Amino acid sequence: MIRIFVPDDSAARSVGADEVAAGIAARIPSAEIVRTGSRGALWLEPMVEVETPQGRIAYGPVTPADLPDLLDALPSAGPHPLRLGPPEDLPWFADQQRLTFARCGITPPLDLAAYEAHGGLAGLRAALGMEGAAICAAVLDSGLRGRGGAGFPTGIKWKTVHEQSAPRKHVCCNADEGDSGAYADRMLMEGDPFLLIEGMAIAALATGATEGWIYIRSEYPEAIARMTAAIEVMERAGWLGEDLGGSGRAFRLRVRRGAGAYICGEESSMLNSIEGRRGVVRAKPPIPAIAGLFGEPTVVNNVLTLAAVPLILAKGAAFYRDYGVGRSTGTQPFTLGGNVARGGLIEKAFGVTARELIEGFGGGTASGRPFRTAQLGGPLGAYVCDEQLDLPMDYEALAEAGAMLGHGGITVFDDTVDMGAMARFAFEFCEIESCGKCTPCRVGATRGRETVEKILRGENVAANMVLVEDLCELMRDGSLCAMGGLTPMPVLSALRLFPEDFDRAPAPVTEHAAE
Amino acid sequence: MPNPARPPLEGASAAREICARHGDDPAALIEILHDLQEAEGHVPPDAVPEIALALNLGRAEVHGVLTFYHDFRQAPEGRVELQLCRGESCQAMGAEALIAAVCARRGAALGETSADGVTIKPVYCLGNCALAPAARVDGRLIGRASAERLDAALDAALSEPAR
Ligand SMILES: Cc1cc2nc3c(=O)[nH]c(=O)nc-3n(C[C@H](O)[C@H](O)[C@H](O)COP(=O)(O)O)c2cc1C
Ligand code: SF4
Ligand code: FES
Repeated sequence: MIRIFVPDDSAARSVGADEVAAGIAARIPSAEIVRTGSRGALWLEPMVEVETPQGRIAYGPVTPADLPDLLDALPSAGPHPLRLGPPEDLPWFADQQRLTFARCGITPPLDLAAYEAHGGLAGLRAALGMEGAAICAAVLDSGLRGRGGAGFPTGIKWKTVHEQSAPRKHVCCNADEGDSGAYADRMLMEGDPFLLIEGMAIAALATGATEGWIYIRSEYPEAIARMTAAIEVMERAGWLGEDLGGSGRAFRLRVRRGAGAYICGEESSMLNSIEGRRGVVRAKPPIPAIAGLFGEPTVVNNVLTLAAVPLILAKGAAFYRDYGVGRSTGTQPFTLGGNVARGGLIEKAFGVTARELIEGFGGGTASGRPFRTAQLGGPLGAYVCDEQLDLPMDYEALAEAGAMLGHGGITVFDDTVDMGAMARFAFEFCEIESCGKCTPCRVGATRGRETVEKILRGENVAANMVLVEDLCELMRDGSLCAMGGLTPMPVLSALRLFPEDFDRAPAPVTEHAAE
Repeated sequence: MPNPARPPLEGASAAREICARHGDDPAALIEILHDLQEAEGHVPPDAVPEIALALNLGRAEVHGVLTFYHDFRQAPEGRVELQLCRGESCQAMGAEALIAAVCARRGAALGETSADGVTIKPVYCLGNCALAPAARVDGRLIGRASAERLDAALDAALSEPAR
């Protein structure tokens, strides 16, 4: 019997993976079709792989229309125009450093035996033999920093929760991933859900937490279903529930759905949402590590932060720390989106340049037109121009350049982009998603959008440009959280790098339809 | 989307049943609203006092949560839900033009329901940014969306038997 692998990642399915799988199953009845996550080369999806004695052979991108003649080649892994060879040998994969995404796309996501056979559970087993404080120390020693955007050292956060004496503590996984350009959390939850659970179980052992929560945005129904199923498998296998892996300690894990609010990615807003409340940002202090969910000590970490932990426990802090540069240790799963020829997930040690990612891996724009700008780190991140692409992607270097890494998403634009429209959109997005708690954000976003619209209509351009700058300063300095505080980042970077897009002549007499 | 497996219940009794399933836990309010909306197609007005009662919350509190989140709706919508992504990655691949084209073809603006029953909604990133522009038709994710592909998906969804 031949084994044929077809991804069931939602991105792969969005371009026909289910139809391809069904087509193969119908016409090669002897084949065993194995559904896996995606390896992350989304430009090659649906990517089909055939098992051979020498390893897997990939074909892609396969459309249902390719099937008739591809089916002759598949059983013998024979020649075909779509044949890519062994996926590991493709430069796009060979040049990556897959630590967190080592298994994604290779194993069936809900096959616990396959997970273990590919190195899974080694970290949790190691943690079960350690004191909580020692686990915190190992994570601190690895240099791991939060992948959700702020880059806070994870070991310090865990140690703080570990040191609290409270009858109940929580581990909350932030899977709200609202940033445009970012989809690594989604891919990991769909493609290797046990890894996230393992990381959360280690966090529970480290901090003494008994309650676990995964807050997943409702825009990700496939990830919600997959994580829910994976929790059941782990419960049945004894890795979750009343007795975590024979430790005698409870760890009860469940999924909570978001409801379409970007601000619920902000940790205190997320905690309110898990409590069943409006997702309004809480004032700090207290920090969640001291008084978080239901006022109890709480670890809040991003999906990728938690998913990096099992390897640190399995291979040691030094192994992980050896990747990266300076205070940005380890690897980051970067995701390319927008107008890019070869979009997908690229896991690389910190320090890789944006140019290597966009031009090297990404192959430039999808349209073939000249590159104009990229937005780094989601809707609150800065736009950068071509000259800035040689910046190393690490927390400090980007901050120094007035940009940020955010959650590792990179959105590419060609020369047809209207940066005036993008600046306007940044304000509009803040207007739509503001939680409404503080005035600079709530009112500033609306005023900002209106003022940019005036500029784009050519009304008092110089005076209105000054007004936008003033508003941005007010929002940056006066907002309670980074929603209002960072919206100036995309606006001002667009304004400074591409002033020609704002230098509009007054519109002729005809009414300019406001959008 | 209504759940085909369960017959629609009247708002208040559906709300009571769903709250009970969640142990009348006030922290489960958002899950409860999701479940109710899945069962009924929207959160009916007569459900709010029932939920407040069951969870021991004020009506204003339940109403506040219901209106805070973009997902929840208080009135029925079209038979088919079309979510069109307006995130930056999708904009970089022509999302705004696609939205204009789809709205023109359906004769309904963003946020409205067309005469043939398609509710068109904006969404801000579907996690499919490498295969932009992205959309969902009744929950089904579509990458590299074009007006033609969406038309085909919408027509297929509309021709499915009514639920
Ligand atoms: C407006 C806003 C949105 C955010 N969205 C997310 C998100 O989607 N996912 C995430 O992990 N962190 C997000 N964060 C950061 C969280 O507040 C928090 O720093 C993070 O979850 C902590 O986990 P980490 O230390 O592992 O990064 C957001 C912050 C702000 C201000
Ligand atoms: S900055 Fe905006 S989102 Fe953040 S607390 Fe203030 S109003 Fe809410
Ligand atoms: S921005 Fe549209 S899918 Fe991410």
